[in-house]
Amino acid sequence: MYQKYDAVIVGAGGAGLMAALHLSSAGRVAVISKLYPVRSHTGAAQGGIGAALGNLEEDHWEWHMFDTIKGSDYLADQDAAEILCREAIETVYDLEHWGLPFSRTPDGRIAQRPFGGHTREYGKAAVRRSCYAADRTGHMILQTLYQQCIKHDVHFFNEFHLLDLLVEGGRCAGAVALCLATGELHTFHAKAVLLATGGCGRMFRVTSNALALTGDGMAVAYRRGIPLEDMEFFQFHPTGIYKLGILLSEGARGEGAILRNNQGERFMQRYAPTLLDLAPRDMVSRAIYREIQEGRGIGGKNYVHLDMTHLGREVLDQKLPDITDFVRTYLGIEPATQPVPVHPTAHYAMGGIPTDVDGRVVVDEHNTPLPGLYAAGECACVSVHGANRLGTNSLVDILVFGRRSGRHAATFMKQNDWPPLPPRPDERAAALLAQLMNTGGSERAADIRDTLQNEMMDKAGVFREAKGLQAMREKLQELRERYQRVKLEDRGAQYNTELVEVIELGGMIDLADTLVAGALARQESRGAHSREDFPQRDDAHWLKHTLAYQTPRGPELRYKPVKITKFEPKERKY
Amino acid sequence: MNVTLKIRRFNPERDREPWWGTYTVEAESTDRLLDALNHVKWYQDGTLTFRRSCAHGVCGSDAMLINGSNALACKVLLKDLGQHVTVEPLRGFRVIKDLLVDLEPFFAKYRQVKPYLITASAPPANERLQSPAERERYDDTTKCILCGACTTACPSFWANPAYIGPAAIVNAHRFIFDSRDEGAEERLSILNTADGVWRCRTIFNCVEACPRGINVTRAIGEVKQALLYRKL
Ligand SMILES: Cc1cc2nc3c(=O)[nH]c(=O)nc-3n(C[C@H](O)[C@H](O)[C@H](O)COP(=O)(O)OP(=O)(O)OC[C@H]3O[C@@H](n4cnc5c(N)ncnc54)[C@H](O)[C@@H]3O)c2cc1C
Ligand code: SF4
Ligand code: FES
Repeated sequence: MYQKYDAVIVGAGGAGLMAALHLSSAGRVAVISKLYPVRSHTGAAQGGIGAALGNLEEDHWEWHMFDTIKGSDYLADQDAAEILCREAIETVYDLEHWGLPFSRTPDGRIAQRPFGGHTREYGKAAVRRSCYAADRTGHMILQTLYQQCIKHDVHFFNEFHLLDLLVEGGRCAGAVALCLATGELHTFHAKAVLLATGGCGRMFRVTSNALALTGDGMAVAYRRGIPLEDMEFFQFHPTGIYKLGILLSEGARGEGAILRNNQGERFMQRYAPTLLDLAPRDMVSRAIYREIQEGRGIGGKNYVHLDMTHLGREVLDQKLPDITDFVRTYLGIEPATQPVPVHPTAHYAMGGIPTDVDGRVVVDEHNTPLPGLYAAGECACVSVHGANRLGTNSLVDILVFGRRSGRHAATFMKQNDWPPLPPRPDERAAALLAQLMNTGGSERAADIRDTLQNEMMDKAGVFREAKGLQAMREKLQELRERYQRVKLEDRGAQYNTELVEVIELGGMIDLADTLVAGALARQESRGAHSREDFPQRDDAHWLKHTLAYQTPRGPELRYKPVKITKFEPKERKY
Repeated sequence: MNVTLKIRRFNPERDREPWWGTYTVEAESTDRLLDALNHVKWYQDGTLTFRRSCAHGVCGSDAMLINGSNALACKVLLKDLGQHVTVEPLRGFRVIKDLLVDLEPFFAKYRQVKPYLITASAPPANERLQSPAERERYDDTTKCILCGACTTACPSFWANPAYIGPAAIVNAHRFIFDSRDEGAEERLSILNTADGVWRCRTIFNCVEACPRGINVTRAIGEVKQALLYRKL
């Protein structure tokens, strides 16, 4: 089926909805999403959105910017980080004006709490910067944006799965998606396409990410010759519920919760004497792994304790009600009286589709844009998070750059006409479906996925080294071969969710490839990328962004410089 | 433990009538029902169809009828369900395939109550002020994830599918009692119609069904009070 729109947004999480609000008034705009918008994983965000409002104590966007850069281990592009922290403030006020039910201070202003790596006066002490609505900040953001989209009559195509991007004559000409309800392919002919498809945490065994977070947008772009930036930087959040990976927000530590080892020791004292449990995530996750490696896990097992028992029931019920409920529901533990077993959980992709500060997708080391193609949110890499994202900065990122890309695309689509479509625009998508539907293979997708997730966790997780990464590379080759013979039991057209899962798996294998290739090449430790065989940061050789391009021989790597404006790289201590 | 799942199946491309499929899975007692459903889909029958995403009770995808009560499959543990579990699609929505139902009428009703902040005045440069007590007034209903469990547990809704239903009323409540909102009158008149709030017979099924612990019946009661006394 053929449809013509001025612009198409793919993804209806925070980034996609924010873009839609700024784009849909400018023309005919379609938002396509594989999930109903309110099911997007932005709704799972808990702890808060960072903005230097200074409601409870002095704060400045410059401090926020410094923390972001330092947190990124100096890999963030500083021009972008400056925009992030400046525009965070008006963004939070916009949300409030749209009705977002923030928690409040006694004098009625937006409440703020401390969060990992956020400090006053360039690192002196923790600062209250995270604006929150209990531990449901993401839920409130997603609801509020969706409500505004209803108010402004945004046109949604729910349960449409992106399969391909159309690039013709050096311009993006639209997208092809599978309508899940009917099994039909739809070609969306558009002057501008904005990808806002979220993260890819499901390539790891233990993750805080939804089952739907399979990195589809990144994989589709990659297969169309667009590079992926900094994929080796994947954040492990320190406090996932033992085995399940369900997140217990840093907001818990922001409210005073403490990590303890099997001796009851507050071990973060040894790793980050100033910020302690509120050190950045990469550091805390490594500290937990070290404790476990050195035999100080609880009962000799691979977890530590998150101790919230001293916070009191009122704080738990008022400020952390959802995570309290998760602990009770899934562990049968009462966090007011018992410590909670936690370990790091795969959480956030710092890397993604490279863009400039207006969300335009850029395709090489000279930042050449691909006209008509935009990306925003977790699937994009601006890069404001560099090698390690600070808590609360993703919600800022998706909204600030969702808005900027929406605005830029609005101007672009007014100034440009529709590019021609290729003769058979859905050819590639149709071939992919035909191939999967007719393989008659014998490999179970679930087995391939289990292997992928387990091996990635062990070999490309918190700690990495050449040997494991090399082995992972070979394993991925094997998985790719097995995937050629993948079996499909559901041959139906309507709501073929098995087919969708198999497509998602294919994309994740490609993304894992880029992650492993980037990690193997990068012979240093920086932020979330920690090489046992190269424990030091190496600015002389590696203060640069990775770009991974797809080739028949696997990912080809190129590099581009980091933009440094205000803060020269320094050693990172907390 | 071994768990036997009896699942209501229907594939529009294959079946004329719904049927029961029975599956045995080996699972931990602390597994979620969603884990067991995934296990069936991934290792026994790839055609089994249901919605899911977050897997921890915050996205609202997987509300279904589990041993006769509405719940999220990702928020109930097998140990609380016993060794024989019956799983059916939500009642009162059109079944499309297996456990997956048509949500369009549900969202249409949600949209009907104007679920967005309505204000006449221009906002200040910074935030609008709202005291913690004013914020607390509508806290309960901000938690809704639009899973549909309440509406499809409601006998008034089964009897009359035109009834706007508890979920839409909950979302109207969220704005009616927000001190910043000025659209209460509009919403109240929408809810004051034949298929509006008065269809509620205070049966309380919705409260039991709500996975977010929202006191749905109380919220509906407060909207009724507001209508009777127009006092917010
Ligand atoms: C548990 C948890 C807690 C978090 N807490 C915080 C926090 O407190 N503060 C913070 O700053 N960050 C937090 N984060 C990170 C942050 O929430 C996410 O990075 C952010 O919400 C991502 O938003 P997004 O709009 O990019 O993507 P998402 O909200 O994930 O949305 C992706 C959208 O893309 C659509 N989509 C995906 N693939 C396809 C396809 N193939 N076809 C069509 N549509 C597709 C989906 O349907 C969905 O609508 C948290 C993350 C998690 C997992
Ligand atoms: S009120 Fe509760 S049961 Fe009803 S839709 Fe909202 S979350 Fe679901
Ligand atoms: S899968 Fe999200 S609520 Fe169950």
